[in-house]
Amino acid sequence: MTDNAFILQSSPHFRDKDSVPKIMYAVIASLVPAVAASLYFFRLKALALLLCCVAACLVTEALFLWLRRKPLHSLRDGSAVITGLLLAMTLPPSLSLELAIIGAVMAIAIGKQVFGGLGYNIFNPALVGRAFLQTAFPVAMTTWIPPVALKIQTATYATPLANLRFEDAIAKGTLTPLKDLFIGNVGGCLGETSSFALILGGLYLLSRRVIDWRIPLGILLSLTAFTGVFWLANPEKYASPLFHILAGGLLIGAFFMATDLITSPITPLGTWIYALGIGLVIGLIRLFGGFAEGVMYSILFMNAFVPLLNRYTRPRILGEGGKA
Amino acid sequence: MRVKTFPHGIHPPEFKEFTAEKAIESLPLPEKVMIPLLQHFGKPAKPLVQKGDQVLLGQKIGEAQTLFSASVHSSVSGKVISVDNYNHPGGNPIPAVSITNDSQDLPFSEKEETKDPFSFSPEEIRQKVREAGVVGMGGAAFPTAVKLSPPKDKPIEIIIINGCECEPLLTSDYRLMLEAPEDILKGAELARIATGAKRIIVGIEDNKKKAFQIFQDKIQNFEGEVALLKTKYPQGAEKNLIYALLRREVPTGGLPFDVGVVVQNVGTAKAIWEAVSKGKPLYERVISVSGQGILEPKNILVRIGTPFKNVVEFCGGLKEDADILVMGGPMMGIVQWTLDVPVVKGTSGILAWAAPRPGLEYPCIRCGRCVDNCPMTLVPTQLARYVKFDDLTSAEKWGVLDCVECGCCQYICPSKIPLVHWMRVGKNRIMAMKQKKSA
Repeated sequence: MTDNAFILQSSPHFRDKDSVPKIMYAVIASLVPAVAASLYFFRLKALALLLCCVAACLVTEALFLWLRRKPLHSLRDGSAVITGLLLAMTLPPSLSLELAIIGAVMAIAIGKQVFGGLGYNIFNPALVGRAFLQTAFPVAMTTWIPPVALKIQTATYATPLANLRFEDAIAKGTLTPLKDLFIGNVGGCLGETSSFALILGGLYLLSRRVIDWRIPLGILLSLTAFTGVFWLANPEKYASPLFHILAGGLLIGAFFMATDLITSPITPLGTWIYALGIGLVIGLIRLFGGFAEGVMYSILFMNAFVPLLNRYTRPRILGEGGKA
Repeated sequence: MRVKTFPHGIHPPEFKEFTAEKAIESLPLPEKVMIPLLQHFGKPAKPLVQKGDQVLLGQKIGEAQTLFSASVHSSVSGKVISVDNYNHPGGNPIPAVSITNDSQDLPFSEKEETKDPFSFSPEEIRQKVREAGVVGMGGAAFPTAVKLSPPKDKPIEIIIINGCECEPLLTSDYRLMLEAPEDILKGAELARIATGAKRIIVGIEDNKKKAFQIFQDKIQNFEGEVALLKTKYPQGAEKNLIYALLRREVPTGGLPFDVGVVVQNVGTAKAIWEAVSKGKPLYERVISVSGQGILEPKNILVRIGTPFKNVVEFCGGLKEDADILVMGGPMMGIVQWTLDVPVVKGTSGILAWAAPRPGLEYPCIRCGRCVDNCPMTLVPTQLARYVKFDDLTSAEKWGVLDCVECGCCQYICPSKIPLVHWMRVGKNRIMAMKQKKSA
């Protein structure tokens, strides 16, 4: 028994079983309902976009790791797959595959690797990719098709939010019913249409404690408050908070984009400010901005404040300020 | 009854079942003991014996040199074979008195006090505690007499007896609470008299209900109460325990004295009682020998200076795959490279298991779990980053010196970053810098 050779290390000697890859794979698992919904509503178009984005993200990640002389095994951590999936979920189903690939390359290259790879990026990579596409190819990024299940044969089809904003839907009485928004039988990006699928995935992430509950709650609270005031003042012109929550990219943003660990604050107070800020900016853009939708820009906008928020919201240390 | 607790913290697997139901056994006397002259926080004791001297059980062999020091006593009767550096479980070799045991166990002067121990003055109690070399037995080994000497301008209101034993695997305090509750409470009463405190609170985690019930029954004869605490790590950390029980915050850089509190571990309370009532020096203690790597886990009463090897062999030896040996608990304990180290006053456990291969270290993904779990409400990942980049001013401003090295952050970190290591590096560098400045 004396010939046991002992490991030398500093305490603690117990470690939790959770790890970066496990967290990443939990996020991928949480996207399963939303991916399934997108496949159901947009069929092969969805499948092709999803595969292209994931593949392009993995290839770009591998290329950069090789260029930076980093070990390729970090490809297996799952983070590039998440970026690919999330990017695909935010694309219009009719988008051409070349553009999707360009977006995926941008997401990994400009959104993540130029900052130093996993853990060092400031902006949500998937949203960087999407923002690039939105700016470079605005028409392709705002052309929508109806879900296959609707059996409508039209070339274009407005999203519920665009319908509200630019078509005077409330006055005309053509506002998309909440039930359709909940199930997802509406026009929109691949993964944003089915609120039900997104809530399912979000609840899984919350129960698995992968994401901070303050973020979705904070976003919902401030968006509800902001849109609620206008709705109560003039329901003839403004849609209800519930409509705003279920329509567009709000739920995918609140559960899957804003909650990105790397680009959200680490302090409790910072997280609250970040989340409330996102909800508020979404409300501002949707009600008064130039776009019908504002989730992407508001998250990117608040991402930029995260380093500052972390710096100025240090929690009070136990015993701090007491007299020794 | 409402269970008390503090914010944050973690809940690692407990593994207390290995030894919780095992009554304390006495280890057969070792042939040889190596008694380090430094087993406590502070200055080493000055040796009083030399090679060739005969010593008796309980004889003082090292004299405390300053206030922040503790005397050491022989744990056997026999002959001194050397006074020289020897392996120490703290890491570096330390001067130690090696004694061969003549197996007579002839006592030096262990006589029953004729006077009622509770009639001693505070100063007499402190004197006896200091004379017996009593130190904190929870692990930090702070000289107990110092803890019983509050400054005049800081009135003490409450003695907290720490029966949390929040480290996984350890059950030595639990067994003491079951087997010697009266000694512990009498020791607490002496600490109360010595500090002029008004009452005693015994804090026990709710995974030790049996001990809680016993204490609720026995406390009737004392000025005090027993509080049930949530089983959570680090419930037994001094500052968190005080907050959990009293909602008082020990100020940054301060001591429990500052909020009118003195905290004593249950083992220390028992040692205080024995020192004052019987004049018994601290030459033995109870330790848990446990972990999946120990063949027959036990709680045993061991003489100070006994080699780990004797202790582990008494517990059936190590399993073949055991590749980590720890003194103390798995969260804050110190790894050992050999079984040829002596048990010291601060040894609460000897643990061994097959350690899983360390996971790959990833960059920080800013998940904030270290922030959400730090019992001191620090921002460990940011502190580690400051230290890594040698920005010690920022590290100090963000409270690296408040870190108690409990290990919650590193336990929970999914990126497997050695956060506590960086805290230690930061603390050491800042302290070195301060010493240089004041020199």
